Amino acid sequence: MAVSSPFYNDDHESYREVIRAFVEAEVTPNVHQWDLDGVIPHEMYAKAGAIGFFGDGFDAEYGGHGQRDAINRLMMFQELSRSGSGGVVAALLSNYIGLPPIQKFGSDAIKAKVLPGCMSGDQIGALAITEPSGGSDVARIKTTAKRDGDHYVVNGSKTFITSGMRADWFTTAVRTGGEGPAGISMLVIPGDVEGLERTKLDKMGWLASDTATLYFDDCRVPVENLLGEENAGFSMIVNNFNAERIDLAAQSVQFARVCYDEALAWARERETFGKRLADHQVIRHKLVEMDRRINACQAWIELLAWRLNAGDDPVAEIAEAKVDATMTFEFCAREAAQILGGASYLRGDTVERLYREVRVQAIGGGSEEIMRDLASRQLGL
Amino acid sequence: MKQIPDPADPGALDPETRTLKRDVKLILDESDSYGVEMALQLVDAAGEGEVVLVSMAPNNERSGLSTALAMGAASATLISDPELIGSDALTTAKLLAKAIEPLGADLVIAGSESSDGYTGTVPEMIAALLDRPSVTAAKSIEVEGGAIKVQRQTDAGYDDVECPMPAVVSVTAGVVEPRYPSFKGIMAAKSKPVAEVGIADLGFDAGSVGWDGAGQDIVDVTEAPQREAGEIIEDDGESHLKIVEFLEGLKVI
Ligand SMILES: Cc1cc2nc3c(=O)[nH]c(=O)nc-3n(C[C@H](O)[C@H](O)[C@H](O)COP(=O)(O)OP(=O)(O)OC[C@H]3O[C@@H](n4cnc5c(N)ncnc54)[C@H](O)[C@@H]3O)c2cc1C
Repeated sequence: MAVSSPFYNDDHESYREVIRAFVEAEVTPNVHQWDLDGVIPHEMYAKAGAIGFFGDGFDAEYGGHGQRDAINRLMMFQELSRSGSGGVVAALLSNYIGLPPIQKFGSDAIKAKVLPGCMSGDQIGALAITEPSGGSDVARIKTTAKRDGDHYVVNGSKTFITSGMRADWFTTAVRTGGEGPAGISMLVIPGDVEGLERTKLDKMGWLASDTATLYFDDCRVPVENLLGEENAGFSMIVNNFNAERIDLAAQSVQFARVCYDEALAWARERETFGKRLADHQVIRHKLVEMDRRINACQAWIELLAWRLNAGDDPVAEIAEAKVDATMTFEFCAREAAQILGGASYLRGDTVERLYREVRVQAIGGGSEEIMRDLASRQLGL
Repeated sequence: MKQIPDPADPGALDPETRTLKRDVKLILDESDSYGVEMALQLVDAAGEGEVVLVSMAPNNERSGLSTALAMGAASATLISDPELIGSDALTTAKLLAKAIEPLGADLVIAGSESSDGYTGTVPEMIAALLDRPSVTAAKSIEVEGGAIKVQRQTDAGYDDVECPMPAVVSVTAGVVEPRYPSFKGIMAAKSKPVAEVGIADLGFDAGSVGWDGAGQDIVDVTEAPQREAGEIIEDDGESHLKIVEFLEGLKVI
């Protein structure tokens, strides 16, 4: 019997079986087609919603799990990532970056309006922080929301927004006050608001996920869609990033594992110069090097998830783990491609796809450089 | 519903008892998942009632029951007794019928046959023992008043059958899409009641079940032959002819 992890209890294992069966039947066979389509079918949200895919950290009364369990969440992200498509993961789980601020800081009214539809998968949530003028320096966003009676009037634009083409709700960083972090608020903007335009972005990877630039032109948003207090948005964003980063790290390690599995299967089967690739020392060492890094990274991330569950807030460590995970992924995508040779250069091959998806994992949600910078400040170096 | 060793990781045949070793984790038999789903859909459509599971296993394994409870069944009865090892189909039907009787169910739904060791006769025997009508190979069931309308799968299509309730119906595999258990379902299943009963609770003694009670003797078991490797035809421009030849050899064209 394979012992999976000391952190997984029977509930995690039971749910893991469900998700694995779901991903194997409903997701993995379709990922290439969805890349070609440039989008996943909308009904996939409802299918995922039916098994509770979006519920971690959300109240049961709105259709959530009624608990936040970082181990369960790690398991869910990693099982979905076994599909070998970052685009599918990003598309399905834009909810997990867009909705937590609503759960944590929204009024009962906005929670009741947004969460049930997104939990069931009938609707889609998204997070809109990054602007054409930059994503790393969140404190300098320019999109404004000016109070006018019982509405905010929003002007500006957002870019690189995952699920941007069809999200029903955008949890949006807007400037309601003066310059800097103290003038930022979080506002939930409905996708059907008048004055919102969306344009699709063509990307190197994450092809199955629609990514958009949003333009807000005098969009009138009810004041009850404000999360928490006016000008208190910056800390919400920071808090939200922390969860996104461990999620991205968990995915990246799993993608590294998928690369490794693909390379291993190939190395055992393919023969060159009269022996299996796996019998060439150079190739064997590549595989061990991949496995070694993946195992170390996986163990570290599981430990951080356990610390989150224990009430700890390991900001620096999560930032470091994201760097470690995306560098491990980058290394494994490269080495797997070398082992597969030309086969890894053909569209439709899993390693080919993942190779193109390395960069966004290493840039999105806080780039490697920004993660190191954050960790160094947190560690008080 | 039956719990069986995971077909992805099947238990070995026991040469001594000439049966499948079942001392491993037992999962919900896929062929029973269709019956469970059909039952849940009937309850959903009726807007009332509940699905109660009845299962029998030589050990007190519950993984398969937990899956069906997580899908939405309300409770379960597990007939579990070490004496049950070696029970034949008739004994199994007798025990299941005894456990089903007090439930007062309007409808007893079963899979057509299990996937591990099977005779494909248990549902019909239960019907006979309970003196209820039996409908086999159901592809759909509709409840109307005190009766059911069943579409019975046949080689040519399906028969429309009507029958009064209470009744026993066996469901053809693959006719509905069994739902995945949800996170909430899994958590809720933990507190759903599973009544474990032994043979004595059902009025049987050791001599009437298991090997002693079996009216059949398994004289030999053999491993199924390994699937032979397929033939790979390399395309040299003429491969279509070889494929035609192959299909003609099979007499399919
Ligand atoms: C496919 C995709 C999906 C995305 N989805 C979303 C989404 O749903 N919502 C959302 O809000 N955003 C999203 N993003 C945006 C993402 O978070 C940003 O790309 C990221 O934060 C980096 O911002 P930037 O691209 O503007 O780069 P910049 O901030 O312009 O920085 C450019 C590069 O310079 C480096 N750099 C910047 N500052 C420093 C510094 N102080 N020290 C050292 N190096 C530095 C970094 O390495 C960075 O990569 C997505 C991005 C991609 C590619």
